[in-house]
Amino acid sequence: MSNIAIRVDDLSKQYTIGLAQRRHDTLRDQIMDSLRSIFRSNGHGSASGRKCSGASNTIWALKNVSFEVKHGEVVGLIGRNGAGKSTLLKILSRITDPTTGRAEIYGRVGSLLEVGTGFHGELTGRENIYLNGAILGMRRGEIENKFDQIVAFAEVEKFIDTPVKRYSSGMYVRLAFAVAAHLEPELLIVDEVLSVGDAAFQRKCLGKMSDVAREGRTVLFVSHNMLAVKHLCGRALLLEGGCTVADGSSEVVIGKYFDNISTCNSTSLGERTDREGDQRLKFLAYQLLDSCRNEALASVSAGQDLSIAFRYESQNREPLKNVHVAIGINGKYDERLTHLSTNVSGEDFAEIPSKGVIICHVPRLPLLPGKYSFNLFSTVSGEISDWIQNAGAFEVVYGDFFGSGRLPPQDGSSFLTEHSWEVRSTF
Amino acid sequence: MTEVSSFPDFREPTVVIEPRKSLLHLDLKAIWEYRELLYFLVWRDLKVRYRQTVIGIGWVVLQPVLTMVLFTAVFGNFAKIPSDGVPYPIFTYSALLPWNLFASSLARGTESVVGNAQLISKIYFPRLLLPISGILSPTVDFAISFVIFAAMMIWFRTLPTWGVLALPLFLILALLTALAVGLWLSALNVRYRDVGHTIPFLVQLWMFASPVAYPVSLVPERWRVLYSLNPMAGVIEGFRWALLGKESPDFEVIIISSMMVTTLLISGVVFFKHTERTFADVI
Repeated sequence: MSNIAIRVDDLSKQYTIGLAQRRHDTLRDQIMDSLRSIFRSNGHGSASGRKCSGASNTIWALKNVSFEVKHGEVVGLIGRNGAGKSTLLKILSRITDPTTGRAEIYGRVGSLLEVGTGFHGELTGRENIYLNGAILGMRRGEIENKFDQIVAFAEVEKFIDTPVKRYSSGMYVRLAFAVAAHLEPELLIVDEVLSVGDAAFQRKCLGKMSDVAREGRTVLFVSHNMLAVKHLCGRALLLEGGCTVADGSSEVVIGKYFDNISTCNSTSLGERTDREGDQRLKFLAYQLLDSCRNEALASVSAGQDLSIAFRYESQNREPLKNVHVAIGINGKYDERLTHLSTNVSGEDFAEIPSKGVIICHVPRLPLLPGKYSFNLFSTVSGEISDWIQNAGAFEVVYGDFFGSGRLPPQDGSSFLTEHSWEVRSTF
Repeated sequence: MTEVSSFPDFREPTVVIEPRKSLLHLDLKAIWEYRELLYFLVWRDLKVRYRQTVIGIGWVVLQPVLTMVLFTAVFGNFAKIPSDGVPYPIFTYSALLPWNLFASSLARGTESVVGNAQLISKIYFPRLLLPISGILSPTVDFAISFVIFAAMMIWFRTLPTWGVLALPLFLILALLTALAVGLWLSALNVRYRDVGHTIPFLVQLWMFASPVAYPVSLVPERWRVLYSLNPMAGVIEGFRWALLGKESPDFEVIIISSMMVTTLLISGVVFFKHTERTFADVI
């Protein structure tokens, strides 16, 4: 008797990049090619067949990934964008084939890579529940039994016979999630579907997810929301460049994830090509430092004295005059939270050396735990010199900002504000 | 709450995921398991098709009737094309029945995969369901047009013969033709959207290569075999024979057409199954 729910054995997936160019092939070429590869794959397998056609512009989205998940385990799958998380979920959901390797799944799988797959705007809420349920693999009887629960969960009773194209986006997402939430597979594969909807709805989704986990069902869960992973999953897998680099308790693996983020980003800034400006001043790298101890930080904690340091270089190796530098800090939805600038602090540099490090000090960082990114901007003598969107990212972890050991709830609030309370008899 | 010990004991994996190697892995079992989804896909198509139109289902009636009127005027009256001794309206409508079914099945079948790109990239189901559902939904239109045909038979005082019992066979042949070509085109359309653009042109050309407006007897004898390679020639010939009791059904045409459909269908399934594993990556 085996207790394994998912067994992944040496799974790899290769993608051909530069498909845009291949599309210009003539139809005739393609037909010949397909016929040829049909005959070829008959004997040798598709992997070898595909490799022949241009091995140079291929990329391994997943490389030799192996792991096992037991029944009842809730496993978080984390990693940066492009690490291969979605590819892995797509293979396990049988949406795309692996190039090599094998996976075995024991039990009925419900996979939720998106809420509302197959929803049709012209159909009513009622009709979409049936359609979407069927798409997710529910039997008609099952949908009929759960219909009232689904409608109640989505809170759309009044509009159930209205075409969903007339729904507000909130109602639409609620209905879509409600159908998915009533799927009862033995194994649940969930992509980042919880990042939709408003805060109240997200809380509801997370609640539903932890119910599922508590019921003892097996869940494989991809998220960028580390708090959710920490909260829901006992175990986490960290993917990087298509390989598993860490597997263990979610706390440890999440820590490793943050370490990797900061080391990776600090090296790549100088090589970025998606930047604007004449590059008279060019940012080469950044580092997050603890202001007091001047040490590089893997992750930043709330309330910490933070220094953001940038190494820069002048293109023509001459000192730079009249330099303005700005950092725009964005939240997890890429919304601008604040703007740190030499201009507003009244500290534009009259002249700086041709190379060096510019440091911005932020005492008692007033950010809640979560994921942040920042843009970098600079002008030299009024001309844009270097401008990089999403130049880097950092994670703020729990820190004792108030000295009380507590932080406010994270949904809805963006900032920590120093404050105190008292009682008087009158104004 | 479930106890750990009560987990189902799976000795055999429910699903094994591997690179697919075999050439013909039809997986009819999976299609059968997903029959409800097939039903819902067809149902969705029917529900959505005439939403927010003024005359709604009236379009199903108007399209063939107007085509028939036009053909009768142009080909029957002006060009004086012979109609095997049957009133021309009935003669051409009996061909428009399978032709319209085929044309819209083919168009829907071809668009079915690309039109459901969102489903393809987000969820698993047997991909063959898409072209199958695409060819099935126009059968409802066919049924409605058929009622009109029955009314016309009464009006022109034409009686069906025993041949009418063979009609389902030719109906299936028409659907299989649409499926066979639709499998090829829908799979090609994923990579080359050009295919979608050629459909209206292809359908028009194909109609003139089929005996919709004229009888097969007009085609010179020595071209007959070549002509019959068009499966729709056999289908339409079969429909006319079954519905109008035309004396000499050209069985040679029907048999060659059927063989052509079989070849196209088998190769279509192989091609579709071969390309479907890359659908999600390319679409």
